[in-house]
Amino acid sequence: MIRLGALGVGLLFVITLLWGVIQPREAVAPDPVKALHKHPQEIEWTTNGVFGKFDRKQMQRGFQVYKEICSACHSIHRVAFRDLAALGFSAPEIKAIAAGYDIATIDDKTGEPTTRKGLPADKFPLIYPNEIAARAAQNGALPPDLSLITKAREDGPNYVHSLITGYADAPANWKVPDGLYYNPYFRSLNVAMPPPLAADDQITYVDGTKATKDQMARDVATFLTWTAEPKLEARKETGVAAIAFLLILTALGYLSYRKVWADVKRKPAAV
Amino acid sequence: MSFPWAKHYQPTSEFGKYMDSRLPLPRFIYGALGAGYPTPKNLNYFYNFGVLAGVALVIQIITGVVLGMHYAANTGIAFDSVEHIMRDVNSGWMIRYMHAVGASFFFAVVYVHIFRGLYYGSYKPPREVLWLLGLVIFLLMMATAFMGYVLVWGQMSFWGATVITNLFSAVPIVGEAIHTWLLGGFAPDNATLNRFFSLHYLLPFIIFGVIILHVWALHIPGSNNPTGVDVKGPQDTVPFHPYYTAKDFFGLGVYLTLFSVFVFFLPNALGEVDNYVPANPLSTPTHIVPEWYLLPFYAILKAFTTDFLLVKAKLWGVIAMLAAIVLLFFLPWLDTSPVRSNRYRPLNRIFFWIFVADCLVLGYCGGQLAVEPWVRIGQLAAAYYFAHFLIIIPLIARFEKTLPLPNSISESVLAKYGKPPASGSAGTLGGTAPQPAE
Amino acid sequence: MASETSVSAASGAHGDGLPPEGERRRDFLYVATGAFAAVGAAAVVVPLVNQMNPSADVLALASIDLDLTPIQPGQAIVASWRGKPIFARQLTPQEIATANAVDIKTLRDPQTLAERTKPGNEKWLITLGVCTHLGCVPLGAREGENRGDYGGYYCPCHGSQYDIAGRIRGGPAPKNLEVPTYAFKSPTSVTIG
Repeated sequence: MIRLGALGVGLLFVITLLWGVIQPREAVAPDPVKALHKHPQEIEWTTNGVFGKFDRKQMQRGFQVYKEICSACHSIHRVAFRDLAALGFSAPEIKAIAAGYDIATIDDKTGEPTTRKGLPADKFPLIYPNEIAARAAQNGALPPDLSLITKAREDGPNYVHSLITGYADAPANWKVPDGLYYNPYFRSLNVAMPPPLAADDQITYVDGTKATKDQMARDVATFLTWTAEPKLEARKETGVAAIAFLLILTALGYLSYRKVWADVKRKPAAV
Repeated sequence: MSFPWAKHYQPTSEFGKYMDSRLPLPRFIYGALGAGYPTPKNLNYFYNFGVLAGVALVIQIITGVVLGMHYAANTGIAFDSVEHIMRDVNSGWMIRYMHAVGASFFFAVVYVHIFRGLYYGSYKPPREVLWLLGLVIFLLMMATAFMGYVLVWGQMSFWGATVITNLFSAVPIVGEAIHTWLLGGFAPDNATLNRFFSLHYLLPFIIFGVIILHVWALHIPGSNNPTGVDVKGPQDTVPFHPYYTAKDFFGLGVYLTLFSVFVFFLPNALGEVDNYVPANPLSTPTHIVPEWYLLPFYAILKAFTTDFLLVKAKLWGVIAMLAAIVLLFFLPWLDTSPVRSNRYRPLNRIFFWIFVADCLVLGYCGGQLAVEPWVRIGQLAAAYYFAHFLIIIPLIARFEKTLPLPNSISESVLAKYGKPPASGSAGTLGGTAPQPAE
Repeated sequence: MASETSVSAASGAHGDGLPPEGERRRDFLYVATGAFAAVGAAAVVVPLVNQMNPSADVLALASIDLDLTPIQPGQAIVASWRGKPIFARQLTPQEIATANAVDIKTLRDPQTLAERTKPGNEKWLITLGVCTHLGCVPLGAREGENRGDYGGYYCPCHGSQYDIAGRIRGGPAPKNLEVPTYAFKSPTSVTIG
């Protein structure tokens, strides 16, 4: 009885699905975005690989790029000033950086909203108080917070590097709406962000490195890799130790297992 | 427990004797996982995955309880509290990655465990109840994993919750009411997040309880084995401890090594980038997909694209996805073949591997956008899924000519190690079975 | 996890299939495996315990700056530091004299006012507003509150009495009100912590 019922139910599902299979499909015009969209260029980052590490100097340069260019529109609200110690900044330097930002607070006499100078314990402030304010100021576009951007986009660091260096003239068959810019690395190809890196030497690096567009893009992508995954180095170091330990433990476990079973498996030595 | 030659617990110390007459917990452990549980001596590495699943659950519970100390189930700060764990809590990044990767590994282990049961016929009498309890665990796991994924309150959390809870609205008449009741509102919001957190914390302990029943049900008939032949006597078994504890320990080492590779070097490889964007109820990601372990079922849901027989496509999808799991509960009565192991079922074995491939195809289609050719391929794969269980298996069970079974486990083991088998040709039959590197 | 302990215990067990020869208990391999597993388990416990310690953002708030200008002589303010109240009081010359007149040998927790303040800034008494008995917040810092029999602070929970220097004088508390680590940044502002 069960099997007869099953046969009936099975046939019902199968016929329904096959009915769906034979339905004609509407012709779909090939998506022009798909043809023009490019995958980010592969970069050899210092953080790649099992022993990957951050280059402190590069992160500091990246922070400079962020501060002088990106921070006009993009916040890194999940990062605290104190976190900058990981970039190699000293405590007084961090204090000075923090003091350069205004942090919202309330006046402790009147209770009115006011601002105070930033402290190391504070986070980088938001640039717009909310999404509506951001869109109002940015012509309808929303500049995302960059704290997690390299984890929130496929192939993050490569994507950031390719996106900000990848602006190009739109091909003839592609119409870019007013106020947007053509960028083959952007999902919809039309990005609201104007090319942030206009020319070489747009900024002057404190450490004297030549600020080519590519260099600035690499540096800021490295910085944003850190903002998204500040524990990357600890993670990889712990991982190497954990796996080395587990391999030894597993080898010991295997030998113990063979020893326990030795008398049950009386088998040719060749196996 | 059920074999007369099983060793009995002998308390050695005074304290042991004292406890044994009051709370015989050591006796219980001894009979369940110790030397008092005679186990077939021919179990291969696929039989490690039951214990591994138990370990995976324990890892999830421990890391989960710890995360619960720092997580805040409130839509305003849930995402922030996860980032707080990642950035500021001592070792928080490690604990969260262990929990996230651990969920995937738990499912991977359980899938191997289920397919092992399918291959060696572990669902057949007298182990039907064992199989049913396993399916209950599987269902609870899916619910738990889904709700846990929502807790992050990223874009994929929010839209996953939206899509999955919307399934219930396909139910005629009361669907909308159920949908609203589940969410505690008209879209996923604070009420939803809070109840999901509560249930996500509760369900693992229920899973733990069902696992105890699952292991209990296992110990009545004892473990199945790759030959599918019943244990005939003491020569067929070894005590679980130290033989299988040692083997499980080794298997656990391999598992934890692989687990560490993902936790420390590929922690986000199994996740979705969109879940690092905080939930935004006003903007849907371009492509909503569940975690990989739910993709085959998601593919079945998506495979129904046309209204048929007065039933809407949406309802068809929901019914089919549900049926895809429910039909597994009937498997012990659909497959009536008296032979358990696919080692001795040449025809069924072929269809088993087709089914494995079918699940992989379904999983792949589940992760694709609804464009051709993936829709048609998904529909065909879904059709095979139902045909396999509801049509092919009952028919094979009826008409298949099975191979001769070995007389006993020990005979099969002797044959495997090159000694002439006492009778039959059982030694060569295991050739296409998944052979462990023993 | 059960398998870990059972493998190390495996050394003592003789299963049905085991031959009697060989003293497995002392087998180096099993001992080494068990020891390694134990070390691994301990290494896992450390982060699981340590996660309950204060997180980085909590530790970052461990010091605050306090402006003393609004405090009039004879008055006190209540500030918050590490989630606990801080009492900052400007003593009047009479109060300083009263505090110094006490024979500290008679005190439960002998301390002079000078030991409880900074040199040159004896009029600024900065203490935690936490009773050393069981952690309640004593009264007396705000205007009009009961300051107890010794004119300092009075804890309403179990009746501990503190004098004008925050020293314990009566009731169950064992210690004087704690003086936190602080330093004067300017004559009218301090950094606490």
